[in-house]
Amino acid sequence: MPIITRGFRGHRSGDDERLPPGQYLTHDFPVLSTGPTPLIPPEEWSFTVTTETGVRHEWSWTDLMTLPAEEVTVDLHCVTRWSKLDTAWRGVSLDVLLEDVETVADYALVHSHGGYTTNLPLEDLLDGQAWVAFEYDGDALTSEHGGPARLLVPHLYLWKSAKWVRGIDLLLEDDPGFWEQLGYHEYGDPWREQRYQGD
Amino acid sequence: MTATYDGNMLAGPLSDVFAVEVTTATACCGGCGRNSTVAELAVYGPGPGLVARCPGCDDVLLRVTRTADSIWLDLAGMASLRLPAAGG
Repeated sequence: MPIITRGFRGHRSGDDERLPPGQYLTHDFPVLSTGPTPLIPPEEWSFTVTTETGVRHEWSWTDLMTLPAEEVTVDLHCVTRWSKLDTAWRGVSLDVLLEDVETVADYALVHSHGGYTTNLPLEDLLDGQAWVAFEYDGDALTSEHGGPARLLVPHLYLWKSAKWVRGIDLLLEDDPGFWEQLGYHEYGDPWREQRYQGD
Repeated sequence: MTATYDGNMLAGPLSDVFAVEVTTATACCGGCGRNSTVAELAVYGPGPGLVARCPGCDDVLLRVTRTADSIWLDLAGMASLRLPAAGG
């Protein structure tokens, strides 16, 4: 008879299947930051998409609030190995924001207030995979979690979901971001455990 | 959030990089020109990596990560890093 039976862990079996390799489940919401928390009043917030030809598309906070928003419940996976399941967000899909943007770019470089950047393929921002999120768990997104608005790209490690997002450059060639310059994976799929370059 | 640590946090991670005690080194900020000992820097982290900022202007002076087989070090934000020389 095994010393530890499956029964002891039975109530977690569903969660286990939702945990990518190397991750553990957490119920709090850890805050990781590369610098001081930017405090941006919504009336001073804006979001800019700049295409590879230099064409700029800009939305104010008021503009963002007039766009159709979605409520999404997603799992988060941080490269520091914690995962948080069933997190509830409200935000505007990048499909909406990029609908009228003409581009042949393959890559995106995301910029945040405070200087943080992260890169990912443009196709990973489309088809219902990414949002500019401004509510978490029914409340306005707090500054420590990236408010007034952050990028949410939950199918990639959480460092790609840039807090305090202020814009996206659409690029013809990939340009590594803040952590991607320092050995982290250019794509960051948690299910393939793409933590570091070469994974 | 305020800085997670001061620059003494860097002593361990950088001990594999520098042959001397780095926390007493003097970092000159490439942004504002302020000289600070590494111990005085405002350090955020530890994950995904450590980020050390100038206590004067908050510019990033140093970043260090440790991946599966490498240590990655970025000092691009510094104008200079003055290290104590052995016997100096």
